[in-house]
Amino acid sequence: MERGSSRILIWVLTVSFLTGAALYGQTKNKNIQNPQQDRCYTCHKEIDNMPVDFSDNDVHRHANLACSSCHGGDPNSDDQEIAMSPGNGFIGIPKHKDIPKFCGKCHSDIEYMRAFQPSIATDQMTQYYTSAHGKKLIAGDENVAECASCHTAHSIMPVKDPRSTVYKLNIPGTCNKCHGNSDLMKKYNLSNNMLEEYSKSVHGIALLKNKDLGAPACNDCHGNHGAMPPGITSVSHVCGTCHASNMEYFNTTRMARAFEEQDFHGCEQCHGNHAIEKTTDEMIGTGEESLCVNCHSSGDAGYIVANKIKNSITDLKTRFEAATNKYKEVKQKGMNDVEIGFLLQDAKQDLIQSRTMIHTFDSLKVEERTRNGIQILSKASVLADKEIDEYYTRRTGFAAATAAILIFAVALYFKIKDREKKKSTR
Amino acid sequence: MIKNIGSKLIYWIDERYDLTPVRNLLEHKKVPAHRHSVWYYMGGVTLFLFLVQLLTGILLLLYYRPGEESAYESVRFIVTEVKFGWLIRNVHSWSANLLVLFAFIHMFSVFFTKAYEKPRELTWITGFIILILTLAFGFSGYLLPWNELAYFATKVGTDIVGVVPIIGEPLKIFLRGGDEVTGATLSRFFGIHVAILPAIFSVLLGLHLLFIQRQGMHEPAHFKNLPEEKKKYISFFPDFALKDLLLWVVVFNILIFLALYFPWELGNKADAFASAPEGIKPEWYFMFMFQSLKLLPAHILFFEGELLGVLFFGIAGFVWMLVPYMKVKHRTNWKIQPLTIIGILIAAFIVIMTAIGYLL
Repeated sequence: MERGSSRILIWVLTVSFLTGAALYGQTKNKNIQNPQQDRCYTCHKEIDNMPVDFSDNDVHRHANLACSSCHGGDPNSDDQEIAMSPGNGFIGIPKHKDIPKFCGKCHSDIEYMRAFQPSIATDQMTQYYTSAHGKKLIAGDENVAECASCHTAHSIMPVKDPRSTVYKLNIPGTCNKCHGNSDLMKKYNLSNNMLEEYSKSVHGIALLKNKDLGAPACNDCHGNHGAMPPGITSVSHVCGTCHASNMEYFNTTRMARAFEEQDFHGCEQCHGNHAIEKTTDEMIGTGEESLCVNCHSSGDAGYIVANKIKNSITDLKTRFEAATNKYKEVKQKGMNDVEIGFLLQDAKQDLIQSRTMIHTFDSLKVEERTRNGIQILSKASVLADKEIDEYYTRRTGFAAATAAILIFAVALYFKIKDREKKKSTR
Repeated sequence: MIKNIGSKLIYWIDERYDLTPVRNLLEHKKVPAHRHSVWYYMGGVTLFLFLVQLLTGILLLLYYRPGEESAYESVRFIVTEVKFGWLIRNVHSWSANLLVLFAFIHMFSVFFTKAYEKPRELTWITGFIILILTLAFGFSGYLLPWNELAYFATKVGTDIVGVVPIIGEPLKIFLRGGDEVTGATLSRFFGIHVAILPAIFSVLLGLHLLFIQRQGMHEPAHFKNLPEEKKKYISFFPDFALKDLLLWVVVFNILIFLALYFPWELGNKADAFASAPEGIKPEWYFMFMFQSLKLLPAHILFFEGELLGVLFFGIAGFVWMLVPYMKVKHRTNWKIQPLTIIGILIAAFIVIMTAIGYLL
């Protein structure tokens, strides 16, 4: 009997151990039920030895992952020797060069990651190793950015969280932590004033000043995990991601081929890169601020085309401004401005499109578009004149009606007085 | 020449239909002349404005298309594309407001001159019902352009109807043509505005005018004590009619002035899903009631404040209609009679509440 009981006990213990081991294997380095019971967390908190950048809002903590999920060890043991023993898988602080793989353990594992987010990308590590940062890291560079350099180690938050270091508005600042460091940048022969330039640029003002999340940050042009400076051939594709028509027009021109031959940087050649400014009509033509004259000189074909394009656009712009003034007058006079407003919208579209069509470098195409705009504007102008005329006609009509009514009223008044007088004399 | 044709035409009609009663009325109808004679013209101006409403309303009907998808667009078409459409629509809106104003002035002038007393009780009662119908005209017409302000004002207005016990909720649903203000409400209000109200209104206006013609103009109290030779009269035709015409002409000129220089905005199209724009206010002639309901506490004893307010205005209106039957003792030693004091208080209440509604 006794023997039988101990046999059962041994059997139960064996099954329990195997089940426990299997379950442990499944949960090893992964999530735990209650982070508050994580011994690593409780002990380190008690002895006030938490990572400097630790935040309770960290995305991993919210996903019920324990310290051991990344760092290994036994989170159930109070004994430091056992908890942090390499035998229990303790890794400790990973080396700089190992960090991408350290994070990639989970982030490159789609089986594991989709439990948290079904559509999550798991190619960050692969992309990283193709980036300028990743290549240098493999080559043994200790200064290049790895995952934690941008995401932090213990305050990682989702990209859409405004507190995140990689939230759109925070990205320029995050990149600038390294790229603004002159000593560090000198080593790579890079300038350190990118953020300063970007902040003054049309993109920087839109993003940082106007908080327009549609405006591009560093990663929109350079990529994020696979960050690289765009090459000569890819630069127009980078800009063309947003400025699709400009890219389409430019790529089909003779100018694009000439740029390639000359090793010119597509869009960047005229517009610059980080300090890219809001475009003006002065940038075309042959005036003082013209960019065309950087390569073209008086008499050559490009110089003549530049002038023609400039004239077409200036003509449309001047007419648009005149029509807009009339529209404002109609509006201010309280007359019917609806149709004129629609026409002006169409004309504005033509003005925008003709400015885009500059990138065809074809004066005929630009003129065709501006002519269309001019036709719409003349319609708007005629309508506006009609409304303004109507405004004065109504007033004149009212004055005439009032005069007629007044004459009639005065006549009536005298008639009444006359009758009263006759009656009193009777 | 024209005079000749005119006389011939009258003779032709006279020969067949005998115009003696009309001729007698025109020849013999007199209007008392005294220092309060000016109030006699208020009813005439109200009538003139009604005629303007009738004419401009018919013209608007030629282009107006009721319906959620067409009402706003058709009004916009009227004021922007139709020749003189802007004038007709603005005159209609301005005339509607002046009509209510003059109807109120007319009513209070009749009240303070005690012209409602026997034998003119029914003239007063028909007049009061006409005023209520005028307000109904205003309320139903306000929604027809189907713009934001009108939409929400109608929502609030019909909500108020809903607080009346027992009949309130069914009445609200009846008015709205459903639980909410929708296209169904618009069609309903259109029908009420252009068919139902004009039909009832015409009958009552006819009666009101018939009573006046039958009984003649009211003479003030002091006339009774005057010897016959001291009583002054002017003939209704042509003397009073000429003065009436002069006033109508002036009012007409004011109307087109207002229509031109202070046009009524059409605003944005009604959108049931949009949030209510700021400063939703009823038309000015409902403001005193709206403001009073707003100032009432949420609960008075066991009753809802709003409910008591609505019931109070309902009963007060009914009592006001029955004023000719109320016997209030004449106080010989009082300089102002009790009923006059009540009238002044009511008028002051309306003016003050309206002012608070706009200033606060």
